Amino acid sequence: MDNPISPMVTRQAMLRRGVAGAIALGAPAIVARPALAAGAGFDEIRHLLSRTGFGPRPDEISALEALDYAGAVDRVLGAWRPQAGTPAPAWVGMALAQTRARQREFQQRRETAAAAPKSEPSMADATGAPPARPRGAAMEPKPLVNANPIQEQGRELRNWWVEEMLATDQPLVERMVLFWHGHFTSALQKVRFAPAMFHQNALFRRHALGNFGALLRDVARDPAMLVYLDNAQNRASQPNENFARELLELFTLGEGHYAESDIKAAARAFTGWSIDRDSGAYRFYPAAHDSGPKTLLGQTGDLDGGDVVDILLRQPRTAELIVGKLWREFVSLKPDGAEIARLATAFRAANYEIRPLLKALLSSATFRDAASRGGLIKSPVELIVGTVRVLGLPVPEKTRLVRAMQSLGQVPFEPPNVKGWAGGEAWITTSTLLMRQQIMRRIIEASTVAMADGAGTGMMARPGRRMDRREQMAGDDATMQLPPDDSTPVEGRSLRDAGMSARVGGALAGLDAGMLTRTLVPVVPRVPPTAGASAGRIVAALLLDPVFQLK
Amino acid sequence: MLRRDLIAGLSGFAVALASGGRGGFAQVPAPKLDRILLLVELKGGNDGLNTVIPYADPVYAQARPRLAIARDKVVQLDERVGFNPALQPLMTSWAARDLAVLQGVGYPYPNRSHFRSIEIWDTASAASQTLTEGWMAQAFAGVPRGAGRRIDSIVVDTNALPATGGDLHTIVMQDAEAFIAEARAMKGMGTGSVHGNPALEHVLKVRAEVNAASVGLAERMRGAPAPGKPYAAEGFGRQLDLATRIVLARVPVVAVKVGLGSFDTHARQHETHERLLGQLADGLATFRHNMMSAGRWNDVLVLTYSEFGRRLKQNASEGTDHGAAAPQFAMGGAVKGGLHGVHPSLTDLQDGDVKHGVDFRTVFGTVARRWWGLPRDFGVRNARPLDFLA
Repeated sequence: MDNPISPMVTRQAMLRRGVAGAIALGAPAIVARPALAAGAGFDEIRHLLSRTGFGPRPDEISALEALDYAGAVDRVLGAWRPQAGTPAPAWVGMALAQTRARQREFQQRRETAAAAPKSEPSMADATGAPPARPRGAAMEPKPLVNANPIQEQGRELRNWWVEEMLATDQPLVERMVLFWHGHFTSALQKVRFAPAMFHQNALFRRHALGNFGALLRDVARDPAMLVYLDNAQNRASQPNENFARELLELFTLGEGHYAESDIKAAARAFTGWSIDRDSGAYRFYPAAHDSGPKTLLGQTGDLDGGDVVDILLRQPRTAELIVGKLWREFVSLKPDGAEIARLATAFRAANYEIRPLLKALLSSATFRDAASRGGLIKSPVELIVGTVRVLGLPVPEKTRLVRAMQSLGQVPFEPPNVKGWAGGEAWITTSTLLMRQQIMRRIIEASTVAMADGAGTGMMARPGRRMDRREQMAGDDATMQLPPDDSTPVEGRSLRDAGMSARVGGALAGLDAGMLTRTLVPVVPRVPPTAGASAGRIVAALLLDPVFQLK
Repeated sequence: MLRRDLIAGLSGFAVALASGGRGGFAQVPAPKLDRILLLVELKGGNDGLNTVIPYADPVYAQARPRLAIARDKVVQLDERVGFNPALQPLMTSWAARDLAVLQGVGYPYPNRSHFRSIEIWDTASAASQTLTEGWMAQAFAGVPRGAGRRIDSIVVDTNALPATGGDLHTIVMQDAEAFIAEARAMKGMGTGSVHGNPALEHVLKVRAEVNAASVGLAERMRGAPAPGKPYAAEGFGRQLDLATRIVLARVPVVAVKVGLGSFDTHARQHETHERLLGQLADGLATFRHNMMSAGRWNDVLVLTYSEFGRRLKQNASEGTDHGAAAPQFAMGGAVKGGLHGVHPSLTDLQDGDVKHGVDFRTVFGTVARRWWGLPRDFGVRNARPLDFLA
């Protein structure tokens, strides 16, 4: 299902931008150069990038357009950094004992404050914050000292990752980190130790496009995982089955491919795999380990956790489960059993190297079929990060973006349960579809005003301002409120009118209706752009079109 | 699914015929579409043994040295079992005999995976069977619901599976006002055919549902009375607030679903479990009060469920691991209060878990038959259902 714009016009438009005015605007026809003619073409590159990144920008597409398809896939899967570029929050090296102590201090301060009389005016009120602050806070010169440390770290952690997703030049790595996070789930709400969640994210980065076996081995010793699935409390005297069960059911074999006795054996094998009570790092407690004989999937011996992982990696089901999930993530919601089995066999035979598997998925006939375009539904993170990226919207404070993701059902570092996000069609319910539309409208309003006024307002909060922080942390209000400032257009100035006058900036500047359409949506929009409409208006209509939810 | 529905329908019909002593063929009643089920999911696996506590059985305290609720704290229901003290707010309902405790509910070959087990409950499947339609969607398959009805059920929670599938029109909403405002804004987008793109089909189908649903709902909910007695401001209270407004606004639905959790208490169970049970009891007691003062208590049936109970023996983390059978609560003006079924034995265990005495599908069958007037048995033959509904 191609867009209804002729490729010729596209190439022309791209050349116009790419060759920087060497060709007169409005030239009737451009003879494609041979090098370009061999390229995969705009629409296929867009498909590849939209499936492997976040809302591709025209410049990202044109950078690969001249390559043949295999070359473009190689480029997407090419050299990658296994670390984030965004500086980590200051506290990631903090030990568990210190984190706990800070949390206790906070609780005590809060209790003391609650017990104290509230008549004394607080210095914090001078900033305009409502006078509900704890009394003990008044003497503290630094702002936010009264924030709940865990909540505050969680906020910084989520913002850090969203910032990396927005800033990165290797979006596929972020997509894979998100994929592994949704597979090997842990949630800060349960783990309650933000540094461990950061380090788990770093672990997913290290192995993002690396080796699944190595990833699985590291996950089994990952402190956040050990806490999240209670293995930290799994000891020989009384095994805790939680991690062992999910390891078999969700992480490797899948439900129905093991017996209850295998769960019990695996749980015993992982007894003593815990964390150091002071540092919070992985630690093995030999006295808590059950070194008796166990039988897992027909293999008997004094198995430990490492042996369990080895046995699981020898099971064909493990590769099938991972390949099936990646198929659903990158290729299609419709499983192709034979193709998945074939790829899984190759994946296992090639020692679980992730890059060759991704290359095979992205080169598969199903992926490349033009009818596949727009066949997947964007996750909330993809929708929001992608939209902000493609519009080039400046958002120095990420909390509002995280809140938008939350209202759509996906908060980084807080998967809903151990099975991760259901994804696919489950992203779109009557409730979340309405919310998606509402968020798109807010983003459009923000972007048109931001562009028109030449300064970022709208979506952005002013960072560091106490009132904003307070507002950002408050409750689970599902709507995104624009800050109450002077330049807010919101409802008074209708979106379409705003779009009429506002220019579209950043990467989309100068594109005609056809190119805007082909850049922003994967298939023909339900409501085709009005002939002669302004660029701002066309962008607004495309963002609200149902097909914008697809990739 | 169609086949299964057909079979379920036919066998339900057969049961109605066989038990025809009280009226025979004419016994099959007309569907009652003016009655609302408030389905309450206790997410994560509620520990039934610390909910309805077999306090008189010494095995209970032995198996749970750190977790057993002391006998003098248990709110006694009879000489054998009692409520967790956090359930005290439900005692008014208990005394008025409109609270039924259905004991030992589960299913054969219990699955201890959260996801699989909740799927089994939500789709009224046997453990060995995979169904994709929710049990309420199965119950209402082929039942005419009147031309004016655009919504059959409203899910104020994230799991809509029991009401998903078939021709049951279910909408998921967290906030009535936002829902209506957004639905209004979404109208007027183009429609048309979609060729072979299930993702797009899904988006368009959901959009059409929203449009259809919003038409009547907006009018109903506008100016609907607020609950007489307010609920707690947090998650479960907010869900019940919305559920109450839906009932008071007389939105014509057959079910509203809410959820509370997480009951997955593997570690340090005590505090979490009592907090959640307290929220449950406070919320349901307030709901009962609001329904009674609005004269609607006879029109609603509250039913709780959870994917499984928890193991008899505590684990080393002062928690409990995944188990099997557990009690359900039913509340409402039409409920026959009291204890139903027998409390499961603490010595006759299966893999360390208490065994079920009642198949949950017979509970759903009773709701379908007695509450909605729909002859369904969800595949359970020769059932001896609990008699908890008038």
